[in-house]
Amino acid sequence: MEVRVDAAPFDPGAELTGFSAGVGEAGAVVSFTGVARSDGGMGTLEIEHYPGMTESAIAAMIEEARGRFGLSAVRVIHRHGRIAAGEPIMMVLTASRHRREAFEAAEFLMDWLKSRAPFWKKEHRAEGAAWVASRDEDEAALHRWAGP
Amino acid sequence: MIEVLYFAWLRERAGTSRESVETRAPNVAALVEELKGRSEGHALAFSDLRAVRVAVDQKLAGLDAPLGGAREVAFFPPMTGG
Repeated sequence: MEVRVDAAPFDPGAELTGFSAGVGEAGAVVSFTGVARSDGGMGTLEIEHYPGMTESAIAAMIEEARGRFGLSAVRVIHRHGRIAAGEPIMMVLTASRHRREAFEAAEFLMDWLKSRAPFWKKEHRAEGAAWVASRDEDEAALHRWAGP
Repeated sequence: MIEVLYFAWLRERAGTSRESVETRAPNVAALVEELKGRSEGHALAFSDLRAVRVAVDQKLAGLDAPLGGAREVAFFPPMTGG
């Protein structure tokens, strides 16, 4: 399990290669990369976070995911600071014996990261800067993981 | 003494990212009432509590969370990671 919260850019291809090399006998590796959209005159994205809580909140999500899906390896990378349009923001990598667990765990982690990890996005555009509002859909996405 | 942290637009409105607060507030809601009196910016930051999320000692908590022994309380808008 690895959690990395860093201002530095990362290379999704290199991350996937490195991660895949260390998953042992897993038969499935899934990766998701979130990219800063370049639509509607987006200049740069600024991401603020809560150092300390960010890492522990993500580690707790990973523990939950490992318990639910029986993962053999997980890596979560999330940038903070200024990010140019088109650059990767974050990445989730999961590995498991069979594909379904790896896919579901990646979705589970994404849904939780979106609205329970302490990150806040601010969009800087030509006409000014504004904090990104949370979306009801993101909150709703968490509910499908609840239940028995 | 409690360290109070602010993030995103709460930080901008309060005009500070952290401050040490001498308080006997029994819970988060009572602390918020005290903080509102610190400045116009603080009052503005806490003007709509539906838009405010709280962490006590780096764990998400509600406005009714007790503060006994708490060292750090953070206020921020709903999170927008990923």
